[in-house]
Amino acid sequence: MNNPFFVSRAWLPVFLRNFMVWRKLFWPSLIGNIAEPLFVLVAFGFGVGALVGSVRFADQELSYLVFLASGSICASTMTAASFEALYSAYSRMSPQKTWDGIMNAPVNLNDIIFAELVWAGFKSLFTASAILLVMLALGISYSVKLIAALPLLFLTGICFASLALIFNALAKGYDFFTYYITLFLTPMTFLSGVYFPREQLPPALGMLADVLPLTASVNLVRPLFLDEWPSAPILPLVTLIGFALISFSIASRLTHKRFGLA
Amino acid sequence: MSTQTPLLEATAVCKQLGSQQVVQSLDLEILPGQCLGLIGPNGAGKTTTIRMLLGLSKPDSGSISVFGLKQPLFSRQIRAQLGVVGQFDTLDPDFNCEENLLAYGRYFGIPAKTIIERTPSLLEFAALGHKAKARIDALSGGMKRRLSLARALVNGPRLLVLDEPTTGLDPQARHLMWERLNRLRKEGTSILLTTHFMDEAERLCDQIVVIDHGRKIAQGSPRALISEHVEPHVVEVFGPGLMDALPQFTEYSDRLEQSGETVCFYGQEPHRLLQALEAMPALRVLHRPANLEDVFLKLTGRQIREAS
Repeated sequence: MNNPFFVSRAWLPVFLRNFMVWRKLFWPSLIGNIAEPLFVLVAFGFGVGALVGSVRFADQELSYLVFLASGSICASTMTAASFEALYSAYSRMSPQKTWDGIMNAPVNLNDIIFAELVWAGFKSLFTASAILLVMLALGISYSVKLIAALPLLFLTGICFASLALIFNALAKGYDFFTYYITLFLTPMTFLSGVYFPREQLPPALGMLADVLPLTASVNLVRPLFLDEWPSAPILPLVTLIGFALISFSIASRLTHKRFGLA
Repeated sequence: MSTQTPLLEATAVCKQLGSQQVVQSLDLEILPGQCLGLIGPNGAGKTTTIRMLLGLSKPDSGSISVFGLKQPLFSRQIRAQLGVVGQFDTLDPDFNCEENLLAYGRYFGIPAKTIIERTPSLLEFAALGHKAKARIDALSGGMKRRLSLARALVNGPRLLVLDEPTTGLDPQARHLMWERLNRLRKEGTSILLTTHFMDEAERLCDQIVVIDHGRKIAQGSPRALISEHVEPHVVEVFGPGLMDALPQFTEYSDRLEQSGETVCFYGQEPHRLLQALEAMPALRVLHRPANLEDVFLKLTGRQIREAS
């Protein structure tokens, strides 16, 4: 009965509910989402970039600023999706009991979880697009191929939202998310070639880094900034999609258990 | 009783949670236009029963059908025709009153235009016509409950399920809520109600089901339950010296119950007792007809049930 991949069209009004709230809080939410990544870009890109000069990626020399911009847009997408599917979804699920109210209407729990997933993906894509526009305005890249970055970043958001929904289902309070962020997301950012090339890592860590979803995202998006297509897109695409599907099915099962619907 | 098809029918429903048998072989029936009250002490199994009736929990055995559809298999189709006011407010704090109705109506697949047309009359019904743009945190407890009721009516439900709709409200807000619920009843809306307030059950319900320890222990109209289970007259007494003088009054009543400092004398004929009590003018004496609370306390006992 609770097939995690069975979703009815009742997910859409739940998505629209989140959209309606977001529209009211558009400006504070936009500023909150893009300010920090842009500070990082300016401080490290221009500051550290001047010291580092250029770095190598996929047998190519590129300026540190472009290297950082193309990595940090993936990390920002990851963060935006994770925060939405952790803190915001948890608020709606637990203290506000919004989900309980919705389930008294003809909407099933899986429709709600799916709506939260797509919503977090949408919101992270919005954040990424805003950052990308600023990067274009700063002249960091002019590649037309960056249009292809949008679906890839959306997929990145979906992948990390799925993962976050697992921890949402297990959380007893907001504090729990701190562990996920500091013990999982933050180290992943350092391992995935966002700030420095993964070749700098010791071999054992490098092998771990190869299978991380953020690495996959960076490997897909970074070449686009250089006006090139990713040379080996299959493996990173499979990584992102695989993480998303497996995580969503686990998240769905755990959330049903949480609500006594298993 | 009648040949009408019940809107809701539960037969021999059992549910175990952990090692505890929370609901045991429970039968319930709600006929069209009826208001059924489900009453029982804390931990009696009311909430678990409601969850199963709504399809949010699966009975271990027995069957539940609502509008002729089996629960929980057709839970979604059933919920499309139900209105639910839960025990806790689940209003959306990010929206004002009319946005709450709009967002909620859309969960039923109702077009936004239709909901917006219905909104003024729903808010008017909830006595919130002047609060359409008010944020939820600016509403009083009574206003929130009435908005929850208006929200539950957005889909024109065939059956309303109200889980403790007036808990935590002040007397004015409760009376307004009762007035609105009675208005719905007159319009023919069927209601399933759980409550801790016996006066509420007595005022609103045609049929009462008393449950305790997961079992149905009595059923009937409020009047029938009162005449069946308790003596018609009650004299409540409290005040200084009562406990010492108690033995001299016992012969005047059929039965007495003591809870805290108050003694309730139950009997067919109260006048001799009232006369005898005049000898102690310091006592506070209240003579009243028996009510549903007397039935409830007699059937479920006077000891406190800690929340379980």
